[in-house]
Amino acid sequence: MSAVNAVGWRPEMGPAQHPEHESSPHLTASGDKGLMLEEPLIFELGRPGSTGVDIDAVDRAVSPALARFRRKAQAALPGLTEPEAVRHYTRLSRQNYAIDLGPFPLGSCTMKHNPRLNEKVARIAGFADLHPLAPQQTARGAYEVINQLAEWLITLTGMHGVAMSPKAGAHGELCGVLCIKAALEARGEDRKVMLVPESAHGTNPATAAFAGFSIENIPATAEGRVDLAALKARLGPDVAGVMITNPNTCGLFEREMKAICDAVHDAGGYVYCDGANFNAIVGKVRPGDLGVDAMHINLHKTFSTPHGGGGPGSGPVVLSEALSPFGPLPYTARMADGVVHLVEEEDAATMGHSQSFGRMAAFNGQMGMFTRALAYILSHGADGLRQVAEDAVLNANYVLRSLEGVLEAPFGKTGPCMHEALFSDENFPEGFSTLDVAKGLIDEGFHPMTVYFPLVVHGAMLIEPTETESKAGLDRFIASMRSLAARAKNADPSLKTAPHFAPRHRLDETQAARKPVLSWQGG
Amino acid sequence: MPRYFTKDHEWIDVDGDVGTVGISDYAQSQLGDITYVDLPAAGQWVKQGDAASVVDSVKAASDVYAPAGGEVTEANGALEGEPELVNTQAESGGWLYRIKLSDPAELDGLMDEAAYKAYVAGL
Repeated sequence: MSAVNAVGWRPEMGPAQHPEHESSPHLTASGDKGLMLEEPLIFELGRPGSTGVDIDAVDRAVSPALARFRRKAQAALPGLTEPEAVRHYTRLSRQNYAIDLGPFPLGSCTMKHNPRLNEKVARIAGFADLHPLAPQQTARGAYEVINQLAEWLITLTGMHGVAMSPKAGAHGELCGVLCIKAALEARGEDRKVMLVPESAHGTNPATAAFAGFSIENIPATAEGRVDLAALKARLGPDVAGVMITNPNTCGLFEREMKAICDAVHDAGGYVYCDGANFNAIVGKVRPGDLGVDAMHINLHKTFSTPHGGGGPGSGPVVLSEALSPFGPLPYTARMADGVVHLVEEEDAATMGHSQSFGRMAAFNGQMGMFTRALAYILSHGADGLRQVAEDAVLNANYVLRSLEGVLEAPFGKTGPCMHEALFSDENFPEGFSTLDVAKGLIDEGFHPMTVYFPLVVHGAMLIEPTETESKAGLDRFIASMRSLAARAKNADPSLKTAPHFAPRHRLDETQAARKPVLSWQGG
Repeated sequence: MPRYFTKDHEWIDVDGDVGTVGISDYAQSQLGDITYVDLPAAGQWVKQGDAASVVDSVKAASDVYAPAGGEVTEANGALEGEPELVNTQAESGGWLYRIKLSDPAELDGLMDEAAYKAYVAGL
């Protein structure tokens, strides 16, 4: 195989012609470096006609109705045998990074360990092989799991009801905002404005706009929290509600949440809380006690189901008493016969749920995530979940205090952080920025932290270690960060070209965004 | 031709009742490499403070607020193929759109170049 690699070199050219020959004199004929693999694109592999499956030749006449769909040219499919195809993707997977390989400190993403017990439970055939259209009487166990998880989520959040069907965080946001919209319509009110603080998640304004609201920003205080006075000043009969992330994306708890909720309710609005950062408060704070009307829970964050390419998300939404009647169908409920049923449209009226705004999904949610999340909850217990929050917050504060001497920590002086530590590149010399630290972290063997978010901080570096990391693991990460901060401060030119040890070096991200090449350009 | 600035780092050049809008050189330096500019269409009405345009950079997508209200008469088509003009010529060739001002009195609340320079120096 002689595919051109990123620097235009082919194995048959020999090591001396490699553009990186001077810096790396030990090139191999294959391009691989030991177990660090060089892999061409799939279109550069194989031969036309090669295939891992035998397909019968079509010997029947094609129906005239379909004739116009007949392919005019050969489909340009890669020609690979089964072992070639398997090796291609396995070799690519070796260039990937995952929570099973090391810390994944993406702030606001809660990339925690996915316990293997969850996987064992999710693979029990009665759950894993269940068809979504299976008759209800053959799926009682699954409904029992969904209902038990629903009860746990209600208990942990102190809320009144829960919609289990939303498929991910932003889908859950939409579900909650549609409940608010339905509740306002039921009151005969046409409120058009959704207030979103600067420190909220970026999906919040997108969700509200998608649901038909216009968005207005609420500024943050100098210490990174919602400006309560500014919020109160804006409330009025045109305000449908407010969407708040708590703990917020500066890694801070919104201490005035109760006062915020009271003010919004007094003005006739509803409070949506983005629960993406629930990991920091699970078992410690019940959002229902603070006055929240709707909050999604990312099972793929707080409740350890796989995340980031490892599995689908799942975003159940807990609802207050005021919003529960408007929640989507179907939902699970224990009925008079003592058995958990799935409540569909035909039962909605008898169940007192005829005000539902509709459906979020065809079926009742991500079953594979429900089994995993319930396994996580039951294996931890209520006290274990409380310790999850405590350890996650402790780890983040350990990172904050270990790095605030070498990196600017904009809110470090106002007290402890919650689950994530926020730094800025404010004190870097000219020409050096957060991006260089992030690229340097790849060389150090870590996935970079969240960068340039939240926007309220210059060159934000948002680090969320989660409870997964041991002190020894955190110390390794901190040592790397301290080294990178020192290199940035000393204007080390080699940091500007990092990563040096990744399969590809510094990519031209600007050009990739301005003139993206999104398909195979022939060969 | 007088030029005014906003606290959100937009500028507007005013010639009679026509304003030309862009983002300041300071703004482009903070955003980093611009990769895409979403522009309003001619004929669209904008109010002062509306997010009439969006600038995407490698770091973030940022709303550009209208420094004054009016009817959009023209968008800078050159930015479609060369969004980098906002980086290289933020306060000239990288202008975003032109509007026919509906209320020139709205300009009274904006800063002149000296005031804006002092404002940026204090950031």
